[in-house]
Amino acid sequence: MTIPVSISVNGRRYDREVEPRLLLVHFIRDVLGLTGTKVGCDTSQCGSCTILLDGVSAKACTCLAVQADGASVTTIEGLAGDSELHPLQESFWNKHGLQCGYCTPGMILASHELLRCNSDPSAEEIRHGLEGNMCRCTGYQNIVRAVRDAAETIQGGTS
Amino acid sequence: MFAPQFDYYRASSVAEAAALLEQHPDSKVLAGGHSLIPVLKLRLAAPSALIDIGRIDGIRGISEEAGRIVIGALTTHAEIAASATLQSGATALSEAAGMIGDPAVRNRGTIGGNVAHADPASDLPAVLRCLGAEFSIAGSSGTRTVDAADFFEGLMTTAVEEHEILTAISLPSGSSGQGSAYAKFSHPASRYAVIGAAASVTVADGVCSAASVALGGLVPAPVRAAAVEDALAGKALSAGAIADAARCVGDSLDDDEVLGDVYASAEYRSAVAHVWVGRALTAAAARCG
Repeated sequence: MTIPVSISVNGRRYDREVEPRLLLVHFIRDVLGLTGTKVGCDTSQCGSCTILLDGVSAKACTCLAVQADGASVTTIEGLAGDSELHPLQESFWNKHGLQCGYCTPGMILASHELLRCNSDPSAEEIRHGLEGNMCRCTGYQNIVRAVRDAAETIQGGTS
Repeated sequence: MFAPQFDYYRASSVAEAAALLEQHPDSKVLAGGHSLIPVLKLRLAAPSALIDIGRIDGIRGISEEAGRIVIGALTTHAEIAASATLQSGATALSEAAGMIGDPAVRNRGTIGGNVAHADPASDLPAVLRCLGAEFSIAGSSGTRTVDAADFFEGLMTTAVEEHEILTAISLPSGSSGQGSAYAKFSHPASRYAVIGAAASVTVADGVCSAASVALGGLVPAPVRAAAVEDALAGKALSAGAIADAARCVGDSLDDDEVLGDVYASAEYRSAVAHVWVGRALTAAAARCG
């Protein structure tokens, strides 16, 4: 059995026929070729597959593509504007919030969700908000600094 | 990991979903997918078809009806954690929902899927047992209501029959002088409950007039701790009285039933359960207004 789906990814609509068992993360990576979204643990614990589904964070390894039919997805490729990085991307760069970079797309989209819910988070709140995203390089210190820096940039403060 | 192949049908009403379940033997209900999809990927289940109820109108959201709070089965953990109605009327439930997984999981996982899956390490079953929840279950012949005491039958087993759908869960609205809380010993990696303790207490004239304590995580299905509840009756909820009552929790646990694993043995869980019961009771007592 295949099912027709129409999923908007980063503002562009894709109509495809998919197997019901196809995971959204594999739709994004293998069908559309957008490999910014990573597969880490594949058990909804590590957060490297985090995307925005209709504007809120979701783990794309624990969602079927058919469940996202008609939805709007944002991946790391869709976060930046035409010529400018998103403030979160700038801050992760400036504050060295990544080393190997594997967790970074998910970390940035989870941070996007955190700032959507709380535009001025404390370091403690950032750690709590990112508890579903694992980084095995940085020790998290610079990730927390990066999210805090992005919050200040978005609020128009000095960074 | 790839799930085994299955067919997929999207229902637009509860009646249609019930009909699809009857038409497709060995099918499973899909809502948020946060219990079912991991099970499929691990190939612990291989249903012939999934019946997606995720877009059915009318079984999502939180409302108050005749002294009870009604929660649609498709309501997400994030919505439950953020609900002012539940924060004041069923504090333990909103508190427990906010401890599930992480923000992205809470955005997608639903209360109906969670309790229909009935994972012993899940948080919500113990809270719903504690708060006296009722479960509305729909089938092709109509809807029936089941108490929490009868809903959770055992390890990953509930009163929902093969062709039925859980549509709503209702709770008594909190009363004056009542407070509730959930305390959880989380597994450090998965965040599932190694021990989950839910407590609800009512204080009248300075003493405990009603208490309900339920445990999850360390037992196949949530259990009430009657020995703890009895020990609190008529007592002022001092730190000493709570600690003494919490230590009775072992009397309500069947040693042959207590679960253990490589992280926490059954003996260890039994030995420390009183700590989490005490924490839940202490927080609940502080919320009696």
